[in-house]
Amino acid sequence: MRRTLGWALAAVVMIGAGCKQPTQSGSEIVLGEYASLTGQTASFGQSSHEGLMLALEEINAQGGVLGKKIRVITEDDGSDASQAVNVVQKLVNADGVAAVIGEVASKRSLAGGGVCEQYRCPMLSPASTNPDVTVENGKVKPYVFRICFTDTFQGRIDGKFGLEQGWKNVAMMTNVDEDYSKGLSDSFRKAFAAGGGRIVAQESYSGDTKDFKSQLSRIKDKNPDAVYVPGYYNEIGLILPQARQVGLSVPFFGGDGWDSPQTVKLPEARGAFYSDHFSPEDPRPEVQHFVQAYRAKYGGRTPDAMAVLGYDAMRVVADAITRAGKADRQAITDALAQTKDFPGASGTITIDAEHNARKPIVILQIKNDAAALYKTYPPE
Amino acid sequence: MTAHDLVQQLVYGLSVGATYALIALGYTMVYGTLRLINFAHGDVYMVGAVVGFYLATWMAERGTAVWLMLLVVFAGATLACSVLGYGIERFAYRPLRNRPRLVLLITAIGVSLLLENTFQLKWVFGPTPQYYPQAIKSALLQPVGVLGLTRLDVMSLFLSLALVGLLTWIVLATRTGLALRAVSFRFDTATLMGINTDRIISFTFVFGSGLAAVAGVLNAIRYQVEPLMGIMWGLKAFIAAVLGGIGSVPGALLGGLLLGIVETLLRGVLLPQEYTGYADAAAFVILILILLIKPSGLLGRAAKEKV
Repeated sequence: MRRTLGWALAAVVMIGAGCKQPTQSGSEIVLGEYASLTGQTASFGQSSHEGLMLALEEINAQGGVLGKKIRVITEDDGSDASQAVNVVQKLVNADGVAAVIGEVASKRSLAGGGVCEQYRCPMLSPASTNPDVTVENGKVKPYVFRICFTDTFQGRIDGKFGLEQGWKNVAMMTNVDEDYSKGLSDSFRKAFAAGGGRIVAQESYSGDTKDFKSQLSRIKDKNPDAVYVPGYYNEIGLILPQARQVGLSVPFFGGDGWDSPQTVKLPEARGAFYSDHFSPEDPRPEVQHFVQAYRAKYGGRTPDAMAVLGYDAMRVVADAITRAGKADRQAITDALAQTKDFPGASGTITIDAEHNARKPIVILQIKNDAAALYKTYPPE
Repeated sequence: MTAHDLVQQLVYGLSVGATYALIALGYTMVYGTLRLINFAHGDVYMVGAVVGFYLATWMAERGTAVWLMLLVVFAGATLACSVLGYGIERFAYRPLRNRPRLVLLITAIGVSLLLENTFQLKWVFGPTPQYYPQAIKSALLQPVGVLGLTRLDVMSLFLSLALVGLLTWIVLATRTGLALRAVSFRFDTATLMGINTDRIISFTFVFGSGLAAVAGVLNAIRYQVEPLMGIMWGLKAFIAAVLGGIGSVPGALLGGLLLGIVETLLRGVLLPQEYTGYADAAAFVILILILLIKPSGLLGRAAKEKV
């Protein structure tokens, strides 16, 4: 009897130590954020983090949620997917956060989402567009959500946009290291070919490629009307200048991975197009409130799409906690799934059955150090 | 694929390979004297690019002439990296020189991480890629002639050949070079013969770091500057040094140029377009092959392991 009691006690202690329950008692609600504050795509993490912090400040200034202040623990994953796994594990297990917000890059959201699924902790990605982030083998991941559109939609719109520009022959360049780039390439290729366009070249590169001249001169030999590059801004900053060097002067276009203050500053990027989540020129009051608040907090800089999505992600989670009535992981998960017509700065957010948001896409054109609104496509 | 295209890809390859060679020389010199793989060397290359970036931006704002900017940028970056290289050896490696080789190797990795993360701080450089002033880029990156060669390509080939020439001259024809050869031949005996080994080792770090700075500035003009630019480029230059025969000066040049050419030919000619993204793996395949088939490298001497 005594021995049994001892074993039982030991078991209780072990269970207690092994799965730490969210420490959400007390006067605050603790949330986790993981972002690429450093590394190759640091611009993504820094922008989404700034947006998130702005929203957090506003929410806490209005008294927080459920009468408690929100505290966000931020972890840097250094733009590295395996580091993303480590920091999300730390947030979920050691810090016992009620919900996790992150990441921008699909590869890292896939990695962090795996951890959140395992420990049944809700995760909201602000900006990952690869379809597999929320759906795996046709099955919806119960704990992972996003507040942006998917690449299935983005690729289709990019294809449609290309055809509407009158481009018949398009060359593509894909980063074979990134789920984002591969997914977007696939859906673009299908949409563009289905609409009667011809893909004349499908070049590829890796995240470590610095010299693209070989690929670009092969593309030049094919005489395309335009080149589609669904890559990230740091790669675009290398590809566009090198394209001019090999004498390739046709228009370039791409997806939301281009979005960064770095891209619009490139002289070689002038005239290029990319699809994105929002335009700061949008006159809607939610957008203008956000743009002004962001400029006031961050020294007059104009927010990019990752900033607006970070801002909305924080507010959607706060809204879900309010509707759940308690900072409990399962309750927040259920409330997130029922998010409907949330007035986000990046558009009205309704989470659908596949845990995605159906939102419009804007096409921006880079002009004189800024991205100007060129066209808007409604959600499908 | 016409003959013209092939020649063009070869020229790209030589130009890229020249910067591998410049960095590989630093690995090779340090390995030759200390038998240490200086993993911080790729980050010294990055620091060169950053110092050059600050100098160039500062001067571009004041409308300095391009030739003067280039002169100051190369001189300033080389000087800064030479000092840094000296400091790394003096304060990180020298106190540990008589410890097991592994201790030094781990220290090198530590120095590398320290530099990478320090330069990611916003008030040092920040994690976002930056570009050299447009004045420099447009002066050097316009294609000249029929092969798509830019002035920068010509410059990087010329600089690396000239610097390899200078180094070879130092090694073969000066007293410092004689001492260097003696130290690399047998460290302890060289000390007994009255050679100031500390001074010779400092020289290899100062000279090697200066060469890395030149490569850093060249690549930063061609591509961009960011705090992690030295990781992959440094690794590849190290592979180039192993390929040519680590410890051998002409080997570093040969290995660098060869690696550059193999990479661009894979990307531009040999691999089908869907697989060009995997060309970056070529360097590592080469490393494995060379270690299996000829571990001493193409121009290296086979050394007997002393027990």
